Amino acid sequence: MDYPLILTLGVTLYWIILGISGGLLLRYTTNNTRILFLLGVFGCITLLLIGIFSLNSTPGNVTLPIGIPGFPLHFCRDNLSAFFVLLLSVASIGIGMFSSHYFRHVDSRTQSLLFFNYHWFLASMVWVFLAADAYGFLTAWEFMALSSYFLIVAFKSSPETSYAGFLYLLIAHLGAIAILFSFTIMSPSQPDFTFEAMRHGLLSPTKANFAFILALAGFGAKAGLLPLHIWLPEAHPAAPSPVSALMSGVMLTTAIYGMLRVFFDLLSNQDIAINCGLIVLIAGLLTALLGVILAAMQTDMKRLLAYSSIENMGIIVLAIGLALLFNSAHLSLFAALALVAALFHCFNHALFKSLLFLCTGNVLHATGERNLGKLGGLIAHMPWVAGFALIGTLAMAGVPPLNGFFSEWLLMQAFLFSPNIPIPYLNMLIPVAAAAFALSIGLAAYVMVKFYGIIFLGKPRETKLKHAEDAAFLEKLGLGWFAVWCVLTGLFPFPILHILNQLTANLLNQPNLALPQQSSWLFLTPTQFTRGSYSPFLLFCFIILIVALLYIMIRWFYNGQSRRSPAWDCGYGLQTARMQDTAEGFGQPITHIFSPFLYVRSKVPAAFDNTPVYSSQTDDRFWNVLYWPVLQLILMGAKLVSKLQQGRISYYLLYSFLTLLLLLWWSA
Amino acid sequence: MSILVSISFQFFQSVLLIASAPLLMGWMGQNRAWLSNKTGAGILQPYRVIHKLLLKETVLAKNASFLFCSVPYIYFAVMCLITMIIPVFWSQMAFSAIADVITLIGLFALARIFLALAAMDIGTAFGSMGARREMLVSFLAEPAFLMVFFNLALMNQTTSLTQIVTTMLSHSFLINPSLAFAAIAFFMVLLAENARLPVDNPTTHLELTMIHEAMILEYSGRHLALIEWANQLKLLNYFAIAIALFCPWGITNTLEMTPLISSIVIVVFKLLIIGSGLSLFEVLSAKVRLFRAPEFLTSAFILAILGVLIQLLALR
Repeated sequence: MDYPLILTLGVTLYWIILGISGGLLLRYTTNNTRILFLLGVFGCITLLLIGIFSLNSTPGNVTLPIGIPGFPLHFCRDNLSAFFVLLLSVASIGIGMFSSHYFRHVDSRTQSLLFFNYHWFLASMVWVFLAADAYGFLTAWEFMALSSYFLIVAFKSSPETSYAGFLYLLIAHLGAIAILFSFTIMSPSQPDFTFEAMRHGLLSPTKANFAFILALAGFGAKAGLLPLHIWLPEAHPAAPSPVSALMSGVMLTTAIYGMLRVFFDLLSNQDIAINCGLIVLIAGLLTALLGVILAAMQTDMKRLLAYSSIENMGIIVLAIGLALLFNSAHLSLFAALALVAALFHCFNHALFKSLLFLCTGNVLHATGERNLGKLGGLIAHMPWVAGFALIGTLAMAGVPPLNGFFSEWLLMQAFLFSPNIPIPYLNMLIPVAAAAFALSIGLAAYVMVKFYGIIFLGKPRETKLKHAEDAAFLEKLGLGWFAVWCVLTGLFPFPILHILNQLTANLLNQPNLALPQQSSWLFLTPTQFTRGSYSPFLLFCFIILIVALLYIMIRWFYNGQSRRSPAWDCGYGLQTARMQDTAEGFGQPITHIFSPFLYVRSKVPAAFDNTPVYSSQTDDRFWNVLYWPVLQLILMGAKLVSKLQQGRISYYLLYSFLTLLLLLWWSA
Repeated sequence: MSILVSISFQFFQSVLLIASAPLLMGWMGQNRAWLSNKTGAGILQPYRVIHKLLLKETVLAKNASFLFCSVPYIYFAVMCLITMIIPVFWSQMAFSAIADVITLIGLFALARIFLALAAMDIGTAFGSMGARREMLVSFLAEPAFLMVFFNLALMNQTTSLTQIVTTMLSHSFLINPSLAFAAIAFFMVLLAENARLPVDNPTTHLELTMIHEAMILEYSGRHLALIEWANQLKLLNYFAIAIALFCPWGITNTLEMTPLISSIVIVVFKLLIIGSGLSLFEVLSAKVRLFRAPEFLTSAFILAILGVLIQLLALR
């Protein structure tokens, strides 16, 4: 018996019961969200404590006789699962606290629906992380997809929302089918679906590679890899903000978990071609680049964050690809470095993206606007939210000493070891990939300046923004939870690095792998000290120290007076808030540079037009190039099939007769 | 004892560099004046400007937030921190372990993002325009810069600046084709990131052309003084990085009196030479249109990547 695992499953059971009873309670009473969501948070805290106290315990297995007779559910808690459960618990504590206030003003029917699905969603994600057989995994995966679907469409039933939900469900199921096929190929003897059996079975190289690609496609659909990313920018604006935070921060990482589980665990004994790693690398790279370019030209703040999630998933997948390449060249140390970068970025992304999505929730509540072009100047009216969002923004822009920088630093360090791979064309390709990765980091900073600058800085673009109210106490608590984590993991990444070092050593099946990614608690190094080092805490201290010294010295020696006056703006007195850059304006240079890769429709009026109308819309090309033709084909096929439908019983009898004949002929 | 000595030398070097950063700008201004047949204001002019600005009252826009007021301090502090990391006179700097070259780029990005955010804070048309243009220039310059460092890191098997300098010093003077590419790319990045011609003109306030100046239009008094000084420090940092990466010969490995003094003399000489060279380049070149700037930087990026690929060929 493995007690941490049993306790974790107990927490999920608690959530299910809480979800059902709380959902019923909310349906028939009012004003109970606060206490009920906090009860859910209690489960998350328990999960976090279990995770912390069982860090060093050995992996445990549990078999529960639930489900179809003869197929008991297997659960396993190894380092990989434990890390992702930890990630979920950290993220869900903050999101739960935030939700407890956020959903107060919704009608009771929606409240009960949200509450029920929210807790199902949490529980099913934990099951995904813990499942140790294909059957249990896919069941949990389906629960996850369905509960999140209901969360997306719960809020308001506009055509866009149901369209977004439908698209999400469609892509989620395409992915699920690919995963199912992949698992089917990997199961050696059909009645045994356990991961243990898959791990030890021996597949032919063709089959193994096929399973690999299917798993990449299946999990890639969930992670939003190119070209299966189209559901993300639709789903996030439709979903309520805490749900977006949970989906982006945690649910996307289930896909990363799945990839790691399949690539490094289930297929670890198989003969995987080295080019599979390259495919993963390139898929991640293209996703990261396209995600960030499209993020730069969004005008809806949640769409912008959705595209940025795509970018971050791309970076994580890129790191996984690099790890696969190192691993197939038997360079376990460097593979571990890249894997640590991937996992650390998962964790960081969960923190800062949840924080930013929750902040957009506050902005949305306070102003009712998602459109960047109608926001602005909120730092004056919502100082708390603006402060927390600044931390999230800097973390996501990847600047030291916050956490987002550190994982990118690790990945760059891993890239620097690529000349050790003894394959010439990879030696030439990987540095180019590193360059493209660097480009995506540069663009991410652009995106974040746009996001923060247009929402919080400047003058309010609409008069109603002046009445915007700051977050409530519980919401601040939720935001603050993430902000503190962002800063602390940035300054002291060592505890998490310690977990990850152990995890990667086990995952790569090299228990004695020496990963001195920390030479002391102060300095971080990739492999050894001479290779380069980074000390976020000292860096932070120095900056604070110099700022303080400077401030005191200027006050002491020089004029510390200031006077307020209207803005100067080169002496132009008639400036209005509408002269600031809009979201389109700020993204215009990027649109201009990358226009060949995008689908831009703009309408500019002629010089003497009396009723001038400007419009510009930018989409990615994938919808038109890939999805639209497929859609048309399916519709055409459906039309052909509908010709069979005549509405007369004699025809249908004829069809039955013909089918029977055909079958008889076949079996004969 | 040796740690104490090295830390005290570290402080000496940092204070010296921070204090003399305006001097470099003054030297360049004087050079430009000479080259265009003018008398010039003397190399101490930047000090006079900073002193004047510090004495003045600071005028803030009515809606300026705490971010706007704190950015000059943060910007200056980050530039000081970078100065502490670069091995300028002595290759074994005590604080260098705090940040390697990748972190260095991160620090420049931190300073730039804060400055861009401050520019958007007041909500004037020029402010957001400047922020947008600055981010446009930097999103291409930053990866080029990173690739230059990538090249050096591949060559020397380390990302630590002190290690790079030490390894470079151990070779005799060598001409490496990939370093030539990296040096050209770095020079282009230097021009772009420090708002020099041909990407930006530091002396203009013409709305069509200004990038960096548009961002700091609303600053005045002590805030402006800090930003100006930090900009001068930034240029000095870039020069020092250039010397450390491409021409470190002369930097001492040991902390003794004679080599140290000769190292200081040689490095100061190199800084002055680079300053004159840059002024000459600026006098001879004209500003390119804004949409040619991405082309300029893309070529820097591609040159940097080419340098890396050539480096890899050399490594094999």
